[in-house]
Amino acid sequence: MPASTYTKPLPNNDPYSKPFWAHAKQGRLVVQRCDVCGDLHFPPGPVCPACLASNQSFQPVSGRGTLVSWVHFHHAYWDGFKGELPYTVCLVKLAEGPIMISNLLDEQPEKLHAGASVSVIFDAVSEDLTLPRFRID
Amino acid sequence: MSDLKELRDKFAIVGVGNTPYGNFPETDEYGLGAAAFRNALEDCGLKKSEIDGLLVCRIPYYARMGEVIGVHPRWTLTMPPHGRMSGISLIETMMALQCGAVRYAALIYANIGRSRRVTYGGEDASSFWDPWGFTSPGASHALMFRSHMEQFGTTTRQLAEVSVAFRKHALLNPDAVMKKPMTIEDHETARMIVEPLRLLDYCLINDGAVCIILTTAERARDLRKRPVLISGAGAKDDYHDASTRNFAQDFWYGPVQAVAKEAYGMAGVGPADIDALMCYDNFSPTVLFSLEGLGFCKRGEAGSFVEGGTLAVGGKLPTNTDGGHLSNSYMQGWGLNVEAVRQLRGECGARQVPDCKIVQFVQATPCTRSIIYTLG
Repeated sequence: MPASTYTKPLPNNDPYSKPFWAHAKQGRLVVQRCDVCGDLHFPPGPVCPACLASNQSFQPVSGRGTLVSWVHFHHAYWDGFKGELPYTVCLVKLAEGPIMISNLLDEQPEKLHAGASVSVIFDAVSEDLTLPRFRID
Repeated sequence: MSDLKELRDKFAIVGVGNTPYGNFPETDEYGLGAAAFRNALEDCGLKKSEIDGLLVCRIPYYARMGEVIGVHPRWTLTMPPHGRMSGISLIETMMALQCGAVRYAALIYANIGRSRRVTYGGEDASSFWDPWGFTSPGASHALMFRSHMEQFGTTTRQLAEVSVAFRKHALLNPDAVMKKPMTIEDHETARMIVEPLRLLDYCLINDGAVCIILTTAERARDLRKRPVLISGAGAKDDYHDASTRNFAQDFWYGPVQAVAKEAYGMAGVGPADIDALMCYDNFSPTVLFSLEGLGFCKRGEAGSFVEGGTLAVGGKLPTNTDGGHLSNSYMQGWGLNVEAVRQLRGECGARQVPDCKIVQFVQATPCTRSIIYTLG
């Protein structure tokens, strides 16, 4: 889809997370890693929350994790979602530790339970934006 | 905070006031705040010239509030428009009274969200998770409640007990916004918002204001009504998951436990001594999470604990006897503290808890607070 016709919310202009979106566009799921103490955290921030160092990098992760929770939105808080109700938002604990909010694709009710193994899928929703989303294995 | 124990019973709420609750496009935060302040002054008999501390919450400009009510204190604070600020404000005011910075503090909260059509999601509350369509504090509670269902087998019928009990109280409270009776079936068939939560799991959005006046227990003796003492207080913040607003992977169990230990320790009481609980209820699941953390039931057992009307007046643990945020008024914790005062004074009419001597307030949020009140 051309970026100009994409009507759902875009990433905010947070300077720390720009690399996350650039990696996602290239099919890599990354979290922030502290160069000094190795702490892995997400979403990205200006300093390491464990040791306060400024030097941090983005580290690719396996894209595997477990499903912690999920909800179905029956209300469209943005007009762009009106045509997709209900849609599913999930909370995933990545194998490497950090948690991430995302969407579940190809939802199968019989597989939907806390602790289910999930894997990332890179969903190019527009020419400019790729959303890392998850599927139950 | 073990030295907080020295502050037990030293400070008191002496005056409370509120406005009607509803939709008031003809006024604003200052008009509502002034009316609540006037009522709180009348409640305690102080002159406004005696007020030397002013704390405002969800009011745009503290100095305009001072100008409007003609109060020019030596201590002023402004708190952000978050519900968790009610408990914080009361405890921090106690500290200011302790060190002598303030003699008589007026705390004013006003909310004009209904008539100004404030929303709590989408473009009004931008976050990192927007591109996935995740927004609104209610959605965070839905994520937590789903997790609670999965871990402990809690059901939405059990959750309904919270909304049903508080609606029952609202019907007994002349000030309350919601006047229609509610059954568990009504809850179970209400419109889905963010599943597993339905409309009746969400708090109201309404206009109104609350004022609470505090001073020392010693000065309180000279005022109009029997003082309500702060016998216990506890505090713990947890910002681990703050980028997901109103969310905690452990349902704030750890922080609520820590706060319970402090507050009960300071007051010298335990859960079995609590005659009424005033529990922050922006969304119904928070009540279940609070009950577990405070130790009213075991972890994971809040669903069965609330079954059969436990939280209603006449039940084992009367909770949010004014109707709470779900059915009385969205005064973000401030109204619940006023209700604690009125229950202890015996001013609650049809919803009065008999022989009410100890009332606890709790807010399970990223800033968890609890206050235990007794009659002076």
